[in-house]
Amino acid sequence: MSDVHYYKGLAKSMMFTIILVSFAPLFVVVLIAGYQYSVAYEEKVEAHLRELVLKHDQTINAYLEEKVAEIRVLAEVIDLGHLANPEGIEALHQALVQGHGTDFVDLGLIDDHGIQVAYSGPFQLQGVDYSGEEWFRAVQQHPVHVSDVGLGLRGVPHFIIALRMDAGGKRYVLRTTLDFIAFNRLVEDIRIGETGMAYILNRKGEFQTTPRRDMAAEVPFLKGMAESMAESGDRAAMTIMDNPATGLETIFVTSPIKGGDWLMVYQQDTADAFATLNRSRNLAIFILFIGGVAITAMAVLTSRRMARKVQKADAAKDIMNDQVIEAGKLASVGELAAGIAHEINNPVAIMVEEAGWIQDLLEEGLSKSDNEREVQRALNQIRTQGARCKEITHKLLSFARKIDPTVMSFDLNELVLEIVELSQQRAKYANVIIETSLGDGIAPVKASPSEMQQVFLNLVNNAIDAMDSGGGDLDVITRQEGDVVAISISDTGCGIPQANLSRIFDPFFTTKPVGKGTGLGLSIIYGIINKMGGTISVSSAVGEGTTFTIRLPAGRVDDTDTEEAA
Amino acid sequence: MPARILLVDDERGFVDTMAKRLENRGYTVGVAYDGPQALAALDGDVWYDVVVLDVKMPGMDGNEVLKIVKADHPLVEVIMLTGHATVESAIEGMKSGAFDYMMKPCNLEDLVSKVEDAYDKKQAHENKILEARARHIVLRRGD
Repeated sequence: MSDVHYYKGLAKSMMFTIILVSFAPLFVVVLIAGYQYSVAYEEKVEAHLRELVLKHDQTINAYLEEKVAEIRVLAEVIDLGHLANPEGIEALHQALVQGHGTDFVDLGLIDDHGIQVAYSGPFQLQGVDYSGEEWFRAVQQHPVHVSDVGLGLRGVPHFIIALRMDAGGKRYVLRTTLDFIAFNRLVEDIRIGETGMAYILNRKGEFQTTPRRDMAAEVPFLKGMAESMAESGDRAAMTIMDNPATGLETIFVTSPIKGGDWLMVYQQDTADAFATLNRSRNLAIFILFIGGVAITAMAVLTSRRMARKVQKADAAKDIMNDQVIEAGKLASVGELAAGIAHEINNPVAIMVEEAGWIQDLLEEGLSKSDNEREVQRALNQIRTQGARCKEITHKLLSFARKIDPTVMSFDLNELVLEIVELSQQRAKYANVIIETSLGDGIAPVKASPSEMQQVFLNLVNNAIDAMDSGGGDLDVITRQEGDVVAISISDTGCGIPQANLSRIFDPFFTTKPVGKGTGLGLSIIYGIINKMGGTISVSSAVGEGTTFTIRLPAGRVDDTDTEEAA
Repeated sequence: MPARILLVDDERGFVDTMAKRLENRGYTVGVAYDGPQALAALDGDVWYDVVVLDVKMPGMDGNEVLKIVKADHPLVEVIMLTGHATVESAIEGMKSGAFDYMMKPCNLEDLVSKVEDAYDKKQAHENKILEARARHIVLRRGD
């Protein structure tokens, strides 16, 4: 049945509404807040990494500069001749070790041929020829040179600070080796998360510090990067690209140090750097998902329950409507009964009088004059009046049958005549003259005859009530208007004020004093006419009268089952 | 002297038979089938003592007739006759001066006794008026 579809549709639309209304703000909040949060977080992380790298490149630059400065001071204050003999250089080295710990691994003096003429340190490097070394060539051009890290002759990673000294027309080079481990620690200590690490590359892309893990695979890539970065020379430049070695998106923060010779690189997998962010995002997605499931489940359950409740309420309303119609019917029957009781009272009173008359005559004796004929007349009168009673009760009974909502085709004019006849007595006492003008050839109407009876009786009763003081004319007119059958009930009564005109079909609206009217009549009529697919309209002028017009769709002519006459 | 009764009702069969029965009991009875006829009868030659008046009549209803009767013939007593559904209007009638009311259909004996009561009341009334007039004349003489 369509009802089932209606309630299913209702449940569905409720469900979608609940889901939409619950989800939309959730989504918007999650998207906006999530976006803002991630942007802010990423900015913070990036700023932090930049800061970290900036701080460290400064530290390393400062470290290198400090070492160079120390050596330079030494070179300036120390007498070269004193330095050239082993005790002298040994004493200087000792002083350095005392002052700076083990940073200065060894100290050596090299003449202009590249031969180490004096040496102090843990290795046996006296007399070694450095003339072929790159740093030696470099120091010929610049007064100070800090070399790349290399294994050198000793086979241990280290780097060298070389200082050119000119004394007595001869050119010497003071060379010291710096502890790679101490230097390495400066960089190695930068560790963040799982994959965050820092290292230093030279221009050729060679590692100057020991990375935390084997990065042999990344060397060609890093070399390319080192070259491009060195050119730009920006401090703490950040790039995010896919690391070809690991295939993961990686953040690279690079900063040139040692005057651009070296490149400090900090790298971390994006996923690792933004691990907290990702965790939050996953949590948000998880909550969204759980919330979504909960909302959907709730929406389904709630909407189904609501639809069931609406269905129950509708069913209760239908029952109530039927009861109200039945109550309205009873009310109009009551009104009718009051009129009819009076109508019946008259013949009954006549019968009682005639019976009393007969009794009187019998006491006198039937033989006296024409008493017998008089008794006959009285009996005839009783019979006549009895028949009158029967007619009235019959009419009443035919009306008071339970309302039968069965729709059938019937002749409207017949029904109108029936109602007019029922109301005639009441009208007579109210000084109302009922006139009917019934159109010819009116198509049969498809409706429930007993409901239509109620409609007409109500309207006729209302019309008579409206003319209560002084009486008037009540015209019932039926006519065919195309496919529609129209019935007008006009009175010449008090009329309905404009203010009340829009409310007269409201349930319980009544202008009658308490206890006189239920205010249901017209609302029930409205319901009945609507149900039959018809319309009811009213036009009224105060003091002139009111006309109710009902238009009903005409039934098909071939429907021949007319209602049985009462 | 028995009471003179005017029966007013639109049901001819009812009033005619009742009139016969009352006449049979020795009363002088007149009938009227609606309000205007009843008023005409009261203005006519016969002096009626009691009017038995139906409340619900087409045209002019019993209460209207009652008001005119009470205005024009204040001494005439009126008994209202009503169906059950309109007891209120009968009570309204009593407020405007009816002697009593009776339900239709009524027992003739009850009606007769009510008519007698009303007649007694009317006579007592008339007697008092007569006495008052007499006293008035006496007083005048004493001047």
